[in-house]
Amino acid sequence: MSKSVTTATFEAEVLNSTKPVLVDFWAEWCGPCRAVSPIVDQIGEENADKITVVKVNVDEEPELAMKFGITGIPAFKLFENGKVVKDMVGAKPKFALEQDLADWLK
Amino acid sequence: MRNVIIIGSGPAGWTAAIYTARAGLKPLLIASSVEPGGELMKTTEVENFPGFPDGLLGPDLMMNMQAQAERFGTEVLMDDVVEVDLSGDIKIVKTGAGEAFEARAVIVSTGAAYRELGLDRERELSGHGVSWCATCDGFFFREKAIAVVGGGDSAMEEAMFLTKFGSKVYLIHRRDSFKASKTMQERVLANPKIEVVYNSEVAELHGAPNLDKIKLRNTVDGSLSDLAVEGLFIAIGSDPRVWLVENQLELTEDRFIKVDGRSSRTSIPGVFAAGDVIDATYRQAITAAGSGCVAALDAEKYLEGH
Repeated sequence: MSKSVTTATFEAEVLNSTKPVLVDFWAEWCGPCRAVSPIVDQIGEENADKITVVKVNVDEEPELAMKFGITGIPAFKLFENGKVVKDMVGAKPKFALEQDLADWLK
Repeated sequence: MRNVIIIGSGPAGWTAAIYTARAGLKPLLIASSVEPGGELMKTTEVENFPGFPDGLLGPDLMMNMQAQAERFGTEVLMDDVVEVDLSGDIKIVKTGAGEAFEARAVIVSTGAAYRELGLDRERELSGHGVSWCATCDGFFFREKAIAVVGGGDSAMEEAMFLTKFGSKVYLIHRRDSFKASKTMQERVLANPKIEVVYNSEVAELHGAPNLDKIKLRNTVDGSLSDLAVEGLFIAIGSDPRVWLVENQLELTEDRFIKVDGRSSRTSIPGVFAAGDVIDATYRQAITAAGSGCVAALDAEKYLEGH
């Protein structure tokens, strides 16, 4: 599984990253999150030179969920140079996620 | 070449797998990549599935069914079927990963997909206040006003579940009475956190970037009113998921897969359908399971004769 980030490590791991970072907001009790989680990890592994995938557990890090206005999970936000450049909601098959992220996976 | 491929992993699909596997047909079940288990994965307590007197969680029921199907040799693939060719004696099923499988029989149990209200901004606000999954998203509406739209059992269940989080739950229904079961209605009406708004439909969604208000239209006199809510949960039923087969199999007027009488036989020999994708009336976990059993027995009989 991809690395988990917390409120304390978010700035260093996500906002200050030199590579784009895809943040997967999820929770244990969310069935669709658990189904899509390994697919997102796989996209991260296959494109490790282009993007980094990290996880935020919204149960443990409610401040981060609130800060980024999360009201539904699974939710994915792609950060580049400290800013959100792509916003996705809901569990989708691998090819659909890759399509959404095409500009960053090239 | 396989004997039988089952498309879908709800109660119909898993039951078809249990029966065909026990008959020695070594079924391949293609479960979907991100929605294995189907609708029941988004529910909480299931209290009406026989054999579980204390009830059990929807996801646990589905995991039990999968374990039972695998115990008898069902092969399970966590991928999506993207294309089928059902016309010949040998059926071809293609997946999202680009694999093509051949089988002598196919059981279609693709279930139903949640219905949308059809409003402007509904998609845009999905995940920003508009949701189809209370168990996934209720958590984000602690101490907030929430609305649920619908009048069936699933709307009642969502409203009850959401009272754990919301400061107030409005239940909006376009008629003056619910079609939900009596037990569920009684629970909803007795819950002090739930306020029922009859004869009303959602006309507009407002707020940016997140929902903060909906406009209601009275279905009797057409009058409009505002309701401040941060969450809107839509539970107005579902439509059969037929896009995969709609150009190959005969459908009913309501776009369910058409089957022959009480059987699971579709308009193409060797292709069987089961569960919510053929059921315009009952749509319960137990009726879907029964329907999956019918499809398995029909497929078994077909394979014996071929």
